[in-house]
Amino acid sequence: MAPEMTKIHPLIVRIAHWINALAVLIMITSGWRIYNSDPLFDFAFPDQVTLGGWLAGALQWHFAAMWLFALNGMVYVTYGILSGHFRRKLLPVSPRAVLRDVASALRGKLAHDDLTVYNAAQRAAYLALILLLIVLVLTGLVLWKPVQFYWYGQFMGDYEGARFLHFFAMAGVGLIVVVHVAMVALVPRTFPSMFTGKIRT
Amino acid sequence: MKRMGASFEKFRTAEVKRMERRLFLKQGLSLGALAMLTGCAITEEEGVQMVLARMSGWNDDVQAWLFNPNRLAPEFPESRITNPFPFNAYYSEEEVIDVDGGQYKLELGGMIKERKPWTLPELYALPQVSQVTRHVCVEGWSAIGKWTGVRFSDFLQRVGADTTAKYVGFQCLDDYSTSIDMATALHPQTQLTFKFVDQILPPKYGFPMKLRMPTKLGFKSPKHIASIFVTNQYPGGYWEDKGYNWFSGS
Repeated sequence: MAPEMTKIHPLIVRIAHWINALAVLIMITSGWRIYNSDPLFDFAFPDQVTLGGWLAGALQWHFAAMWLFALNGMVYVTYGILSGHFRRKLLPVSPRAVLRDVASALRGKLAHDDLTVYNAAQRAAYLALILLLIVLVLTGLVLWKPVQFYWYGQFMGDYEGARFLHFFAMAGVGLIVVVHVAMVALVPRTFPSMFTGKIRT
Repeated sequence: MKRMGASFEKFRTAEVKRMERRLFLKQGLSLGALAMLTGCAITEEEGVQMVLARMSGWNDDVQAWLFNPNRLAPEFPESRITNPFPFNAYYSEEEVIDVDGGQYKLELGGMIKERKPWTLPELYALPQVSQVTRHVCVEGWSAIGKWTGVRFSDFLQRVGADTTAKYVGFQCLDDYSTSIDMATALHPQTQLTFKFVDQILPPKYGFPMKLRMPTKLGFKSPKHIASIFVTNQYPGGYWEDKGYNWFSGS
């Protein structure tokens, strides 16, 4: 049978993906520099991997890129919900199926033949990523304006609670991104599809 | 107004501004940024800095819009006061200045009707209020303290300040300077502070007087205030001129 090209990523998702990749990279590397000015834990990020040069520079990057990140995210999430993209690609996802797929992936046996369908582990990872990024926006708002957004900061332990949640959500995003990039390296033919939108099936 | 403006400006000559800007450009872009902007010539660094400065200006506007003049910062029980309360300034604690309270006079300038200087006993005689609020530092940490002093809006009205002006600027005895928007100056919790936890402000917290604003980051609160002026010309400030966001509301 002749190879056929199937469209798997709509244009809007591809654009949103790459804008998001850039925005999250800026947010995380500038965020590390901000973290370093008053570390929550007994470690700091090496200055060489941070953005901004010093606290004021890092804050400028962080509070500039937040607009790119949030606006792009809003377009993506709105599209994902209204178009049915999320429902088609990410649902349903059952905890049992996730455990099964993660276990077989760790044994190196996870089938990844049909790239048009996400397995349960992928669905869980992408859903978790979207949720964590939303948590980063919500906790970030409380850190940015703890007085103006005081009322809803109460749901996350106020200013100090939001600092920790913001950090842990960043760590979660970092972990998912590392696994995501590693998986792309293992299945390299998925990479061009994020530009062209099509994949050989 | 001229005199106040002149004393303020002497710290911000064109040459100083250029030097600060060069320093900021040098420090502003780390290896991380360079790695991300591979292929960009160094001259484009200025372009990046210009975009970032514009975004910071846009964020000033957004924060002014978000700022609710009637929303009060939360108050806490005195049992939650942070002890010891952190010291922070652009210099170390050993370099804190000692101000002679007997000689001290607060000077007023700009768009203010009654510009006579105020002595400490005159200031202490004004009606005072207390607040137990949270101080949030631009570095990330926060601490709760108790501050006592004159409501700043009362003081501005008493001296006949033009409250339709845009800015209130502060020049300090430790050569610090800053400026705030009029809306925040008139906020009910913005306070000209004489006491910290019921004691006369110790030198490290800004004797004889600081401005306390629970609706802004800590660096916006000037200590050891020498003069206050009201103006429509953007006055900037020590950290603001180096790249920290001007409005810095919380």
